[in-house]
Amino acid sequence: MHSVKEYVALMELHRDVDPDRVVETLKMFVGKIYQRPPLRSSVKRALRIREIYSIDVLEIEGRHVLFKVRCQSGTYIRKLCHDVGLILGVEAHMRELRRIATAHFREEHAHTLQEVSEALYAWRELKYEELLRKILMPAEALVAHLPKIVIKDGAVDAIAHGAQLAVPGISRLHEGISKGDLVAIFTLKGELVALGKALMSSEEMLQSSKGIAVNVTRVFMEPGTYPRMWKRRKEVGEKS
Amino acid sequence: MSEDLEAKGRAFLEWLDKLGGITRRWLVKSDDHTDPRYGRVPTDRSIEESIRKGLIVVDKPPGPTSHEVVAWIKRMFGVEKAGHGGTLEPTPTVGVGGETRR
Repeated sequence: MHSVKEYVALMELHRDVDPDRVVETLKMFVGKIYQRPPLRSSVKRALRIREIYSIDVLEIEGRHVLFKVRCQSGTYIRKLCHDVGLILGVEAHMRELRRIATAHFREEHAHTLQEVSEALYAWRELKYEELLRKILMPAEALVAHLPKIVIKDGAVDAIAHGAQLAVPGISRLHEGISKGDLVAIFTLKGELVALGKALMSSEEMLQSSKGIAVNVTRVFMEPGTYPRMWKRRKEVGEKS
Repeated sequence: MSEDLEAKGRAFLEWLDKLGGITRRWLVKSDDHTDPRYGRVPTDRSIEESIRKGLIVVDKPPGPTSHEVVAWIKRMFGVEKAGHGGTLEPTPTVGVGGETRR
């Protein structure tokens, strides 16, 4: 996933430095920076730009600096620590790193392998599902950050077959969608049907009575989950 | 008491919005009902369906690679094969976790 990442890192300086200078230097890296991937990496070792969104120094104890950093995917924190050391003139290395968030998935949503194992055991051997339920998140969570459009039951199967979403099939939608935006299409029950590119703005979708609103690019729902409903002169989705 | 599926669906989407950090408001084009015979509100899924259509955020221990951890999780759940037909791979995992450097 090439999304925003958040880490807590422990940097070790190789000589004593005034803490104020350390904080000042770390803060210099907020914004766009140059980085070349290290020798041991799977990507092409070309100089590239990555963005650091924020750095918060949590604690400094002697030569150990604990800081939180929010950055673009693909940013090497190890290299950041190395470069901070260079600027301070004392050399430094990253001692420990922990990723605490990937996009909107954070530590509070995370479970250890032991917890997963116990939850599975409880379900399989003791017929107790609750531990497993607490651990599982619906796959819909992957697109939680996208603007959403809710469609009527009658439009679902067509979309599940990859058809474009026409305006009459729309029930509700998020404000602020622009032409070209990636949007997530949901049923009235909250199930993810598909992803697509908006061909209209939210306002246009709301005001229009016809036209193609979304070009479907990726389908997630099994066709046949909802019944196929033929287009009638009545509004699609209306109960007969 | 009738199951207000529409309200459950709305509540679920509000939860999703909160998770994704979305503050956009909803624009209502029409007031529609949903047929209880088809589909399920994600929170009402059976445990088997929740596994098939779910994801886990794993706090990965230092040491093993993410790929190894994903392989273990798949084995634990007994889902060796990837999904087909445009469906999401069963139980995708998203990683969080530690790597210790000396």
